[in-house]
Amino acid sequence: MEKKLYTITVFSENTVGLLGQITIIFTRRAINIETLSVSPSAIKGIHKFTITLFSTEDVVAKVVQQIDKRIDILKSYYNTDDELVHQEIALYKIATDKLLKKGSLEDMIRQYRIRIMEMNADFVVLQKAGHYAETQELFEELSETVGVLQFVRSGRVAITKSKVERLSDMLENIKKLENLKK
Amino acid sequence: MENNNKIKGSDAFIRSLICEGVDTIFGYPGGAIMPVFDALYDYHNQINHILTRHEQGAIHAAQGYARVSGKVGVCLVTSGPGATNTITGIGDAMLDSTPLVVITGQVAAPLLGTDAFQEIDVVGITAPVTKWAFQVRKAEDIAWAVARAFYIARSGRPGPVVLDIAKNAQFQDVDFEYKPCNFIRSYIPYTPIIESQIEEAASLINSAKKPLALVGQGVTLGGAETELMKFLNKTGIPAAWTLLGGSAMPTDFHLNMGFLGMHGNVAPNMKTNECDVLIAIGMRFDDRVTGDLNRYAKQAKVIHLDIDPAEIGKNVAVHAPVLGDVKVTLPALIDKVNPNKHDEWIKSFEQYNQLEFDKVIEREVHPVDGEITMGEVVRKISEATENKAVLVTDVGQNQMIAARYFNFTQGRSMVTSGGLGTMGFGIPAAMGAKVGAPDRVVCSFNGDGGFQMTMQELGTIMQEQIGVKLIILNNHYLGMVRQWQEMFFDERYSFTAMQNPDFISIAKAYRIDATEVFKREELDAAIADMLKDDKPYILVVNVETKGMVFPMVPAGACVAEMVYEF
Repeated sequence: MEKKLYTITVFSENTVGLLGQITIIFTRRAINIETLSVSPSAIKGIHKFTITLFSTEDVVAKVVQQIDKRIDILKSYYNTDDELVHQEIALYKIATDKLLKKGSLEDMIRQYRIRIMEMNADFVVLQKAGHYAETQELFEELSETVGVLQFVRSGRVAITKSKVERLSDMLENIKKLENLKK
Repeated sequence: MENNNKIKGSDAFIRSLICEGVDTIFGYPGGAIMPVFDALYDYHNQINHILTRHEQGAIHAAQGYARVSGKVGVCLVTSGPGATNTITGIGDAMLDSTPLVVITGQVAAPLLGTDAFQEIDVVGITAPVTKWAFQVRKAEDIAWAVARAFYIARSGRPGPVVLDIAKNAQFQDVDFEYKPCNFIRSYIPYTPIIESQIEEAASLINSAKKPLALVGQGVTLGGAETELMKFLNKTGIPAAWTLLGGSAMPTDFHLNMGFLGMHGNVAPNMKTNECDVLIAIGMRFDDRVTGDLNRYAKQAKVIHLDIDPAEIGKNVAVHAPVLGDVKVTLPALIDKVNPNKHDEWIKSFEQYNQLEFDKVIEREVHPVDGEITMGEVVRKISEATENKAVLVTDVGQNQMIAARYFNFTQGRSMVTSGGLGTMGFGIPAAMGAKVGAPDRVVCSFNGDGGFQMTMQELGTIMQEQIGVKLIILNNHYLGMVRQWQEMFFDERYSFTAMQNPDFISIAKAYRIDATEVFKREELDAAIADMLKDDKPYILVVNVETKGMVFPMVPAGACVAEMVYEF
């Protein structure tokens, strides 16, 4: 089966040690996590993990089942890129003198939709949001022309294109089950 | 104002256990759990604490107890080495879905992370091998954590839970109010019946010409033995069992076709690759059952009844999954399936049974000359108990031979380390089994290797007078490894020969009755002596030194490629 990039989205309780429990599942199957981002979700008390990995669908489906099994995980899903609106953000630190020597910056700023976050006599910090390929392209361009002092890229954040809102549907189902118990 | 209702955390802890119905604990004290042991002193009328000789003994005993009783096994140990000594048993319980609550002491919260004396990251170490591992750092969390621990351990697919309790939480005063847990929003242990899945499975079963059912421990864990019988009787489907599914059906049940897998019976293994519909009931297609997956039941439509969604399609592609507790899904299926008989199909098993009988079983169970075989010992003991005993095994040849030749007449009679294959399981698990089922005969079959891994527990058996019947099948070898060396490693017997102690002297030192058998003629009398009363007993049987377990699906072979001899 073909390996491609999958995005796993995990909704969880906000408890200590959950990230470790999730990464154990990747480690056991010797799968690299490509990117990872964790933040509170839209619903108070629920955290959202966005994880990307290269894998086959067969394996990613099993990984998601194993993640789901952990007690404090509410639900996890996997998607391919075409099902998602996704974004990463990158910061580039560049020596000011080198950047100025390059000449006019307007073309580059327009072409790459760059924002300038900080500028002083020593360095400039540029910000670019985009897909991996886009932030990578700018990194390569800057490396070749002016050199990059520091570079950092965030993990992916993603939102599904589907009309179904999974988290709220899931919470509703959980409510129903809880009421059944009572 | 001073609140007079406050009690110590350690006291709250014991009261929480009592609220969960705990009456038996296997444990070993130490510094970081001393307040809990101190509180236990006041509750000795309500809780029977059994002091083992090693924490591994305590955890395996808790496993044995849980397996025969269906209750949650409880193990209480201290921090650091006390906790790490339980890891093997925790992993074993995880793989074999045994409900356990393991309580480990921990250094006081302010010392956490400082490499304090006997501090170890228990939650971190046990997270991969538990359903849930949680550190209690303050007394207010104790009742909540205990309630949650028991709910998680026993519900859904059961498993081990670790509660790591910091010493300060044991000392702190706390208001005690106990609320049992029956709901965790992120944990849905039982899938409600999905009608379409039942319909789909029933339609496959109704059109099957050559169906075969595979019975696993899920039937035992769900307490669904009766439902299984009803299902099989109505559909007339022949059924075989996995190692842990051993006692889910009586051995002499007319549709019981025997043991699956590497050292299982020939017919059910061969028929796995001939059937048209394979119905897996609470089993997980372990590699010891399936052999080469690429050549496993490829011709069959697979129906998989399981409580754990993560098991569906994990190893074998499933055409019709049926999610849920088999106690619920089997009756739903029974309503939808047609009464049927499969006489011709069942008759076709006979040729393989005959083949296996001629080539293997007859000479293993009823040898007329030569050294004593393991098989004849197992069968004689089984029959001497009228096939009513609980079978406990260690791991290796003793385990496979016991699974093959011990007969069952009632459920929850099979206690063995299936998934992890833990040598040293046999003695402590038998102790726990006897404590959990005091009215039953508990026979534990051990090799000379495994017996010596945990034989310090003879001290526990002596002190508590636990009436287990320990059988040592002594071949002076690590027999299973020796068998593989003979078959696959050019008879290079690398570190498998054992010089053993005089087991009778050891039994004597622990004041446990014992007999050693050298000749076939002595066997019946020795077994009768062992079973004459309910006291602990060690029976040492010197068996053939180079005995082999056959038939066998060699590693990597497919289930239809069984080997009968070497």
